[in-house]
Amino acid sequence: MITALLAQAPPPASTSVSVGEAIAFWILGPLALLGALGMIFSRNAVHSALWLVLTMLSLGALYMTQSAPFLGFTQIIVYTGAIMMLFLFVLMLVGRESSDSVVEVLRGQRLAATVLGIGLAALISAGVFRSLVNVTPAPTLDPYAANGGGAGGLGRIIFTQYLFPFELTSALLITAALGAMVLAFTDRHKKGGKLPQRELVKLRFRGEHDRPSPLPGPGVFATANSVAVPALLPDGSIAPESLSAIIESTSALQLMRERKLIADEGPKPDAHALVGGDSVAAGTDEEGEGK
Amino acid sequence: MTPSYYLLLSALLFSIGAVGVLVRRNAIVVFMCVELMLNAVNLSLVTFARINGGLDGQVMAFFVMVVAAAEVVVGLAIIMSIFRTRRSASVDDTNLLKY
Repeated sequence: MITALLAQAPPPASTSVSVGEAIAFWILGPLALLGALGMIFSRNAVHSALWLVLTMLSLGALYMTQSAPFLGFTQIIVYTGAIMMLFLFVLMLVGRESSDSVVEVLRGQRLAATVLGIGLAALISAGVFRSLVNVTPAPTLDPYAANGGGAGGLGRIIFTQYLFPFELTSALLITAALGAMVLAFTDRHKKGGKLPQRELVKLRFRGEHDRPSPLPGPGVFATANSVAVPALLPDGSIAPESLSAIIESTSALQLMRERKLIADEGPKPDAHALVGGDSVAAGTDEEGEGK
Repeated sequence: MTPSYYLLLSALLFSIGAVGVLVRRNAIVVFMCVELMLNAVNLSLVTFARINGGLDGQVMAFFVMVVAAAEVVVGLAIIMSIFRTRRSASVDDTNLLKY
């Protein structure tokens, strides 16, 4: 609201911007940069999304200071309201623990990317500064005039001069919605998918199914009902089917050694451990000498 | 202070987004960095419209927002379907388009 008030301050005749806008810029600009850097450097993907929300909010306020109130509110509503919530939704679906791997697949990629980024920033800013040296900015439009930067002026120009691109965006949005539905759709009742319960029970009774019983629930034979606690078989070993692949604390790999040990598949105790490594060969030699 | 400081901020945000695309390995975070680059370009478009004293730049920023919304919907659906088959959202695991 403050920024909207600042936006309607009368523009000075000179090339510089008003004091209020400068104050707003020097507050919001570092905030936007902070959000962008925080998004890159936070390991957790949810934290990255929240940092990006900060950047987008600051950018929306910056649009308002630049006498584009319609775009500013659209930025806040569409980006931080819709798009970032969609990102958070997908993050929760995909799994919050799907954080970045620290392993560098290509050697020196991070260093090269940083050098490239600094070079790109220097190149763009140098080009922009050199090209805008002799440019006198036009006086800012009044957002509340009929042809200003408000929703009225923008609507007038969209529905006259840019009518055809605007109609094309409707086709784009319909295509995107259809594409998202096609990509995200899973047919559960197709062939090879899940069987209905009646058929499944019949198959289990006939022994035509791979298991006579449902999969073991996690932790029901142990002391907890948590999904992170594996179920125990009657002999005390861990039922491998009850381990969830996406839970880190009791991963299948972590418990593999224990399972092998109980199932007698692990490393066998060495009968000649006390005698020494060459005991077998030495023993046969002694026997040969005795004869 | 002149309006070109906005363009400087936009250039910095764009570069940070580009570095993020190159560095981060989580597909969703890479996608967020692409969104940051689109936002930086939007800021520069609004600033150019202000320097010009016209509204064409604002209309372009508006269209960029529409395209970004469509792109996010399709991209996140692709990431979801990849995660459903590969059980991973890392771009390193998706080095083959088949299988």
